[in-house]
Amino acid sequence: MPYSIKVNGVVRTVDVDGDTPLLWVLRDVLGMTGTKFGCGMALCGACTVHMDGNPVRSCITSIDSVGTAAITTIEAVGKTPAGQRIQKAWLDLEVVQCGYCQSGQIMSASALLAGNPHPSDGDIDDAMSGNICRCGTYVRIREAIKQAAQSNG
Amino acid sequence: MILDHPTSPAAGTGRSLPANDLSRRRFLQAGAAAGGGLMLSLSLPFANGDAEAANADGFAPNAFIRIGRDGQIVLTMPYVEMGQGTYTSIPMLIAEELEVDLKQVRLEHAPPNEKLYANPLLGVQATGNSNAVRGAWQPLRQAGAIARTMLVAAAAKRWNVDPASCRAERGEVLHAPTGRRATYGELAAEAAHMPVPESVALKQPEDFKLIGTPAKRLDTPAKVNGTAVYGIDVRPPGVKIATLAQSPVFGGRLKSVDDAAAKAVKGVRQIVRLDDAVAVVADHMGAAKKGLAALKIEWDDGPHAKLSTEDIARELEQATLKPGAVAQNIGNVDEAMASAVTKVEATYQVPFLAHATMEPMNCTVHLRKDGCEVWVGSQVVARVQAAAAKTAGLPLDKVVVHNHLIGGGFGRRLEIDVVVRAVEIAKHVDGPVKVVWTREEDIQHDMYRPYWYDRLSAGLDAKGMPVAWNHRFAGSSVIARWLPPAFNNGLDPDTTEGAIDLTYALPNFHVEYLRVEPPGIPTAFWRSVGPSHNVFVTESFMDELAAAAKQDPVAYRLALLDKSPRAKAVLELAAEKAGWGRPLPERVGRGVSLQFAFATYMAHVAEVEVSKDGAVRVRRVVCAVDCGTVVNPDTVRAQIQSAVIFGITAALHGEITLKDGRVEQANFDTYQMLRINEAPAIEVHIVQNSEPPGGMGEAGTSAIVPAVTNAVFAATGKRLRKLPIDSAQLKAV
Repeated sequence: MPYSIKVNGVVRTVDVDGDTPLLWVLRDVLGMTGTKFGCGMALCGACTVHMDGNPVRSCITSIDSVGTAAITTIEAVGKTPAGQRIQKAWLDLEVVQCGYCQSGQIMSASALLAGNPHPSDGDIDDAMSGNICRCGTYVRIREAIKQAAQSNG
Repeated sequence: MILDHPTSPAAGTGRSLPANDLSRRRFLQAGAAAGGGLMLSLSLPFANGDAEAANADGFAPNAFIRIGRDGQIVLTMPYVEMGQGTYTSIPMLIAEELEVDLKQVRLEHAPPNEKLYANPLLGVQATGNSNAVRGAWQPLRQAGAIARTMLVAAAAKRWNVDPASCRAERGEVLHAPTGRRATYGELAAEAAHMPVPESVALKQPEDFKLIGTPAKRLDTPAKVNGTAVYGIDVRPPGVKIATLAQSPVFGGRLKSVDDAAAKAVKGVRQIVRLDDAVAVVADHMGAAKKGLAALKIEWDDGPHAKLSTEDIARELEQATLKPGAVAQNIGNVDEAMASAVTKVEATYQVPFLAHATMEPMNCTVHLRKDGCEVWVGSQVVARVQAAAAKTAGLPLDKVVVHNHLIGGGFGRRLEIDVVVRAVEIAKHVDGPVKVVWTREEDIQHDMYRPYWYDRLSAGLDAKGMPVAWNHRFAGSSVIARWLPPAFNNGLDPDTTEGAIDLTYALPNFHVEYLRVEPPGIPTAFWRSVGPSHNVFVTESFMDELAAAAKQDPVAYRLALLDKSPRAKAVLELAAEKAGWGRPLPERVGRGVSLQFAFATYMAHVAEVEVSKDGAVRVRRVVCAVDCGTVVNPDTVRAQIQSAVIFGITAALHGEITLKDGRVEQANFDTYQMLRINEAPAIEVHIVQNSEPPGGMGEAGTSAIVPAVTNAVFAATGKRLRKLPIDSAQLKAV
């Protein structure tokens, strides 16, 4: 049946089974490929998007559970204050290598910073340990979150 | 054994040297570019000297530099960007000598052509073995200098002045006495008619403006805003999405499929049956996965139905009881062993490992009667084209390959099995089809880092110093399959790297290798390849010798390095920066490793904490590296940080096992990756010098592993001779 969801401020209607993960609606139906597939079981965080500002794994979020929640993806997170600061810090510190997991990393980090302007190392571990980076950019991810937090004032 | 590594006097020292030591004409040609401008065609060294690729005068170019009328400089080369920073480092080499901003140089990915674009050090069109900068270092700087000389000559001719009175700066030629200036774009067409200089002087290292500076990566912005396009992101019009199940036992066949329930899934279009796999084609991956789960599949498991990892390990162990091919022999080990005061013996084992690139395997194919289009992210684009052509039954020139950014390579994307599969499926599908592997398929149908079994013995003199070193090991040779001409007399240079070229003074030294291909499990290159195994073994065993001699592991190694000053320097630096020797709490230890591989010297000190229940946590890593001339220091740091995490992941978690012929691991719950909360602090100290650049993408992965296990020994007294680390052995008594 058709489902209407609000993605990056725009209402989109898709006709898929209700148990279809949001990830595939975004990538294959709506053509928004910035959100990545990594595991399909909420084990790696590559598919992280925001639902009403909270980070969720879109690979296990069924389309019929989204309702009226506002979905934000990597394509639009730069329009949020926290997302913008995180993206800038990611560029300043050259965090990225292959880059495939970084959409998810940035979505998790942006949600962290939006809710916690000055996260401790423990806060960063808690918020970011669900996101795997096979290139091992963790050292720089930690530094970049701290730099973005400092620019928080 | 290579005690140290002298280089040719000209290499990398920045002295004036001929444009080509042998024959300039065969190294570089210049001419007019299509649409006007200057085109330099380069023939990089060691490439396949294929007669067909060479033109009438025997010149076979494999890289091209075009300076257009708009001043844009485009370099066409076969290297791919997979996160290692190549797309930034390689243009730096040209920009340095050409005197242009890095922004002015664009690197375009070469279209598939094995004959034209062979990697100078591999001889095939591939990005791997940490050799992009190594292969390009000399020829690309020479090419930049030649182009600059020709542009200056064109300006001098135009102004009727002495070329020596002109200089090149930021993409322009200036004539200071008259204040005249012209951009490269304005001069490019005329420069094409200037003679190619017989010799050019390369810059002295102290004059470098770009090389050695932390240049910003050129591929980063698109990777932080979701616009970067990886292979998995392509969407040709009308594309369908397929996912697949392959025979869970390697070598098995598809017996039967009940697809009634799968066909009833909304969005499922088609079920494709292959000899040893079945695919579900759908409107989107959600439907394809749901359809796959609804299939009732019966497999004929074939000859490997009962295979287990233990069977393979036992076969390898047995193999090492017999002599192998001699990979290295120095002095007389038997005599030295007979006269030794102490004898030390050990066996080591390392497991199969999956690559687990974050971007799962995928390939998109549009097969028509008269042609085939392929979209993929690959380290070997020419092999992709050949594999697609062969599978489709089409001539090579009917296959078009679009290569894309790579979401992690680590050796996995040097293989073309994913392409063959996709074309096989596309044969049954009208229109384009994107075949995306689930993570479970990706882990269970990888081609794995081989299992290796090692047997070592050493003899020590009265002072405890080694007088004999004997090492024999058995396992798969990836090279023998992947590049057969490089496998000779039972040996290949890759499998033995890190075992035969120790930097220590070992007067009697003998290494043998036995190629044993395991049944029922395919093997492939994996980040740091041969050294990923050999350095763990040799550096652990060296630690054992120090312990047997009751000596400090750093001091023991240093005593063997008098003839290897670069190795000695990195070891001393790492030990100093790590505070080697300072007291540590109980169950915390420091371990050291020293490595020469990929033409780079590296020493690590790892600080490790072992909890009472045996869990190992790496708290801090200090790395000292001498990779010769540093092109981009920020990339060197990034690659070491990356490689260290990759190596610790393998040391702590990495293991692929077979039971009943099936890979037991499936996703990131059973094949675990190091996460940010487990990541140590990593310090990188770079030794500055002007030797030719060494490889950086892989060295840290092999070097860190023995530093970690040696640190566990320091913390607990337990010597770990098998990976991954088994916490059960490390519980406090």
